[in-house]
Amino acid sequence: MALARPIGILLAKELRTEFRTRELLVSTLVFVLIVLVLFSFTFDPTTVESRRFGPGLLWLALLFAGSLMLHPSFTREQSNDTLVALRMAPIEPVSIIAAKILANFCFLLVAELVLLPVFAALYNLRILPVLGRLVAVLILGTLALSIVGTVFAAISSQARMRELLLPLLLLPLLTPALVASAEATAGLFEDPPALGAVWVGVLAAFDTIFLTVTWLFGEYLLEE
Amino acid sequence: MQADSFTPAPTKSARVGDPASHSRGGLGVEFVEFAKRYGARFALRGVSLSIAPGECVALVGPNGSGKTTLLKAAALLIRPTSGRVQFSGAGANGAAASNGGDSAAIKRYIGFVSHSILLYDDLTAEENLVLFARLYGLDSPEDRARAALDPAGLAARGNDLVRNFSRGMRQRLAIARALLAGPKLLLLDEPSTGLDRAGQQWLGAALANLAAAGCTVLMSTHGAGEASACVTRAIRLVGGTVAEDSALSGDARAMLAAALAAHREA
Repeated sequence: MALARPIGILLAKELRTEFRTRELLVSTLVFVLIVLVLFSFTFDPTTVESRRFGPGLLWLALLFAGSLMLHPSFTREQSNDTLVALRMAPIEPVSIIAAKILANFCFLLVAELVLLPVFAALYNLRILPVLGRLVAVLILGTLALSIVGTVFAAISSQARMRELLLPLLLLPLLTPALVASAEATAGLFEDPPALGAVWVGVLAAFDTIFLTVTWLFGEYLLEE
Repeated sequence: MQADSFTPAPTKSARVGDPASHSRGGLGVEFVEFAKRYGARFALRGVSLSIAPGECVALVGPNGSGKTTLLKAAALLIRPTSGRVQFSGAGANGAAASNGGDSAAIKRYIGFVSHSILLYDDLTAEENLVLFARLYGLDSPEDRARAALDPAGLAARGNDLVRNFSRGMRQRLAIARALLAGPKLLLLDEPSTGLDRAGQQWLGAALANLAAAGCTVLMSTHGAGEASACVTRAIRLVGGTVAEDSALSGDARAMLAAALAAHREA
């Protein structure tokens, strides 16, 4: 596929840069950890309350962390105008966006996999019996966050007040994905655990719609 | 836009700045009533220019005269407010150019040195060049990157992060990146910025080699020495319009000298 090669090259560049600097990954991990620990210490939830509120809190923390973490994905292309160099390369412009989405998806997923045991310990939730289904929900929810977050990071990167603009654009638009992710996760901690097909369907539809829109209009995001 | 009239990019055996590394013949570029407006201000006002394949053209003029915008237009980085830019007779307006499928064939043959270095600070010099060699689909990207570092005088610093480079070294690497794929149209925006005398000599020699190979060169300059290495024509822009063109009247070197004098006074 003509797109797969440039996406692979650019994804490798994103991963190499991030794992060399660790700027995004470390800040995301620390932020989500602080939120989870503070909430746990402040409210000292019971097991029932943890089952009820824990998933929502986890996804809210990830959403806030994502809005912080996704912002530099385009702004750090601005210091040396490297986006211009990418736009000049003989590749489909949408491959630049796709590589950014995939890279942000990887960073968020790595952060989540590190945080999951901490979340389970702090909120006294058993994740091992539902690990496979939980990872599936995490993948769908994180993909939603990565797609919309990357697109709006591209849009807001050229605006004034961009640090404020990204969360303002992102949070309302991601509400359906946030609700679906939290509900699907909460179902996994009920007794007996159940993966809500409706919520998984909502997440899959959300991902498909925004991926398609990005595919169709992604190139316009990169223009001056 | 048609790409079938172009010959393939050079192979792995080619060396940067070496005439043998470039396919014979450059890419001509024509601006047809090209206008670009940013907000209420026109950066270019209906510029019509034809630059033939193999010409080495110096763009001179005061700050804000539209030199950078003209280079960006030739690099297919901006959409025109009106008018179009076309290559070697094959038309490509801004809208078509931004559709990667159409413009990719043209972009493959365009090298661009911008005000910014267009390189990643957190990658090494060699990693940067390998990245772009891969994106341009060149054979043996690692070999091509090393071959590009050598004439730029950066062979010993290939494994250093770009963020640790001096301004002059960064500029040398930016030029090496632009030459990496063997461009048929080289666009340079004040390329000697930050270069020491040796760097300027290297740039001058590289431009002379490219011109000898038939590469079209379009560069903005304040009249500094690198332009005299190959320049065959000078165009003076003022307020987004062509004020003077040595192809029609005057002498290119006299215009460059006047531009340099004006720059020194400023």
